[in-house]
Amino acid sequence: MASLLIASFVIFAALYLAPGNPVAALSGGRPLPPGSIRVLDQRYHLTEPFLAQYWYWLGNALHGNLGISITLRENVSTLIASRIWTTAGLVLYASVIIVVLGVGAGVASGLRPGRLDTSSLVVTAISAAIPAFVAAIGLIVLFAVKLRWFPALGNGTGFLSNIRHFTLPAVALAVASLAIVARVTRAAVREESDREHVQTAVSRGIPARHVIWRHIVRNAAIPITTITGITIASLIAVAAVVETAFSLNGLGAYLVQAAQSKDIAVVQGISLVLVTAFVVVNLLVDVLYAALDPRVTLGSRPR
Amino acid sequence: MSAVPLADKARAPSRAQALLRATGPAGIASAIVLTVAALAAVFGPLLAPYDPNLPNLSLAWIGPVGGHLLGYDFEGRDVASRLLAGAQTALLGPLAVVVLSVPVGTLLAVTAAWRRGASDAVISSGLNILFAFPAILLALLAAAVFGAGLPAAVLALSAAYTPYVARVLRGAALKERTQAYIAALEVQGASATSVCLRHLIPNIAPLIVAQATILFGYAMVDLAAISFLGLGVQPPTANWGVMISENQAGLLQGYPLPALAAGACIVLVVIAVNVLGERLFEQARVARR
Amino acid sequence: MSDPAQPGALRSTGTASRAPLLEVAGLSVLLEVNGTRRPVLRDVSFTVAPGEAVGLVGESGAGKTMTARAVGRLLPAGAHVQGSIRFASTDVAAITGAGLRRYRTQVAMIFQDPRAHTNPVRRIEDFMTEALRTNHGVRAAQARDRAVDMLAQVGIEDGARRLRQYPHQMSGGMLQRIMIAAALLIKPRLLLADEPTTALDVTTQAEVMAILDALRREYGLAMLFITHDLDLAAAICDRTIVMYAGQIVEVRSSALLHANPLHPYTAALAAARPDITKTVHRLRAIPGHPLSAFEAPPEECAFAPRCAHTRDVCRAAAPGVAELDGGLSRCARAHQLRGQLQAVPNA
Repeated sequence: MASLLIASFVIFAALYLAPGNPVAALSGGRPLPPGSIRVLDQRYHLTEPFLAQYWYWLGNALHGNLGISITLRENVSTLIASRIWTTAGLVLYASVIIVVLGVGAGVASGLRPGRLDTSSLVVTAISAAIPAFVAAIGLIVLFAVKLRWFPALGNGTGFLSNIRHFTLPAVALAVASLAIVARVTRAAVREESDREHVQTAVSRGIPARHVIWRHIVRNAAIPITTITGITIASLIAVAAVVETAFSLNGLGAYLVQAAQSKDIAVVQGISLVLVTAFVVVNLLVDVLYAALDPRVTLGSRPR
Repeated sequence: MSAVPLADKARAPSRAQALLRATGPAGIASAIVLTVAALAAVFGPLLAPYDPNLPNLSLAWIGPVGGHLLGYDFEGRDVASRLLAGAQTALLGPLAVVVLSVPVGTLLAVTAAWRRGASDAVISSGLNILFAFPAILLALLAAAVFGAGLPAAVLALSAAYTPYVARVLRGAALKERTQAYIAALEVQGASATSVCLRHLIPNIAPLIVAQATILFGYAMVDLAAISFLGLGVQPPTANWGVMISENQAGLLQGYPLPALAAGACIVLVVIAVNVLGERLFEQARVARR
Repeated sequence: MSDPAQPGALRSTGTASRAPLLEVAGLSVLLEVNGTRRPVLRDVSFTVAPGEAVGLVGESGAGKTMTARAVGRLLPAGAHVQGSIRFASTDVAAITGAGLRRYRTQVAMIFQDPRAHTNPVRRIEDFMTEALRTNHGVRAAQARDRAVDMLAQVGIEDGARRLRQYPHQMSGGMLQRIMIAAALLIKPRLLLADEPTTALDVTTQAEVMAILDALRREYGLAMLFITHDLDLAAAICDRTIVMYAGQIVEVRSSALLHANPLHPYTAALAAARPDITKTVHRLRAIPGHPLSAFEAPPEECAFAPRCAHTRDVCRAAAPGVAELDGGLSRCARAHQLRGQLQAVPNA
């Protein structure tokens, strides 16, 4: 929680790190009519001390008022709200792919040493090195242009169309993370299979599938959940890249545009939302970790 | 010590052979890739057969022909030459990130581990705060504030990575700190600085190197992504990430080669770096037993 | 101890009135280590009668744990097993599937390190009742009640509370008692106890051993008790088997073993143990170090280099098993040394 507060302070203070005075930063260096300068002064309390300004900004933010976009002249909150579901949907879709395929492949190859295992190691080594935007263009070339299975751009309209449009972006987003999760899962399952308490269960004649699920996978779930959670949290930021590559109308793409056009209020607003989401996901991972492992107390996750 | 019989010595493999066997085909391939990349980074623009920056729209999108192995990009420039030139920013940027974040991270980690107590608490909490920022987000924020460009991105990424390095090294430094030889040196009256510099850090050096290598890979990917977004290296400067975004329009028009070639360069170097990093981690793990 | 069980397994003539519960014959085990096969057990043969406690004694590498694992079918993957292991007249050395699981419900293993052998993220109740619920179809509530009862029998009074706890909340001694209780819950016919008290401190050792012994007798269970402590084996086992370098070197009823050992190794083991009632000027260690099965030369007596009674005959050929005085001894000079080996050899 404290980290969130301080993060918000950093986001706010970034405004003051910009060269020139805050008004210039807010306006992105564009010339303003004199009346506007007064309005800005008032709205952002620019004549008051620094900390007081932070206080106002934070208070406003908590109430959902994140200021006005210079370029689009609308409320930042409205602009965010209209785009947040795109990003959330994309991250969710990618997360499902990562969990189902990554954990699934990891468990399968962890339980069965053999050719499936060695080939999966090679495949994951390669996919782990493919950044989301490179995966994006590869996927576009193969599936959108050559095979025409999926569209290359845009959000689509309606739920099913959305799924179609979001598939390639979600896969691009998931590729590298999937490989990492699969590797860690495989290692965790391997390690748990060698533990003595698994021998105890075997010595009692517990059927193999019980041993696998109730002892090996259940115990491996601890490191698996941790790595999966961390990876999903990182998706929040990388989504910006994928949204740009696929021209999706999401928060990330908008953040990039705002950064390019120096629309500070928007950048601050979206950064705040994304950082909050990131911290929340990390918190969830902490909670899950404590729930899965009775030996630890909340917050003591080894990082 | 009994003398080793001559017959045994003759049978023992030479160091070079042992090194070769331990590396394996993956290791050798990685070494080759990295050497080529390093050469390209240093000599790229000089090695390029054609001018990587001169546009000639009449040649745009022409495929591989004549001396142009990879064809022309969207502005009629030779793709292969541009890739060679682009190696500079694609590789020196991450290098700068590593050079900035690893020493600072090491310093913080060792200070926190050595002093423990209050200093450790302060440093650790400070680092924990920075963890709330995903690297790319910090870079975007920096771009918005300072303007797009490689320097801002490099600084932002260094700031984002330093806590990660510090956390990993702090754990190792703490373990090393409790070793008996450190206490022996302290008892002899050696100053904290000299013990850290001449004994503690060299002993965790393998881990530092391994961490730096992995970090190079992350930085490469992140910087390329930021350049792809138009907030890092600015066109028309050659850069692999920039080349992908520049030539993205070609994908839909049936000219995927320039963008794919740039993407392939990134992936190859990152794989090579990862393989190297994994090997180094293994060595670091074995060395600390 | 009313039935003086026959020590030998190879002879079909014997005076045992009941068929042996466990019959191991010619058991040899090889393990794959880095591509080469190494023997860990060589021609091991013995029997355990129903309700009988047999001790398996030896130093590290002697093969005693391997024997127990072979009987419990817990050998590592890649192990090559020769010979037969018959349980209640069924060969269990190679069975798989449902037959193997049925066998496992009749044999319970108690391991050396209870903390490592319990799943740290599951409650004690789950640990104790898992086999009952899965293999015997007992309902959870019923299984829980039985577990509480059994916990009381091993000396844990607040069983209901303990069942809700996790392993990390308990001491090693308590965990081992729980492991014993869990083993007994399924009403096995044979207990395989692999150094159950070695990992515990001395006072706890005595408590846990007392509980194990008492309950075993009460339920009439057969037991194969692995230990490196000759005296401990003698105290609670009817018969003791001594192993060296992957082979059995002596089988004797426990009462006679200490006073009148048949094999020089047994005598040396007994002598090496410090006796609080005697003052000695030097502790008697056995010179040299114990051999594993694969280190022992196959064509001579494995113990010869360390033995105080070696003669040429010991190195000429691998000694066979001699039967005398109601016991077995794998010593080439067994008959000659008869009666001369005592717990305290002459200086």
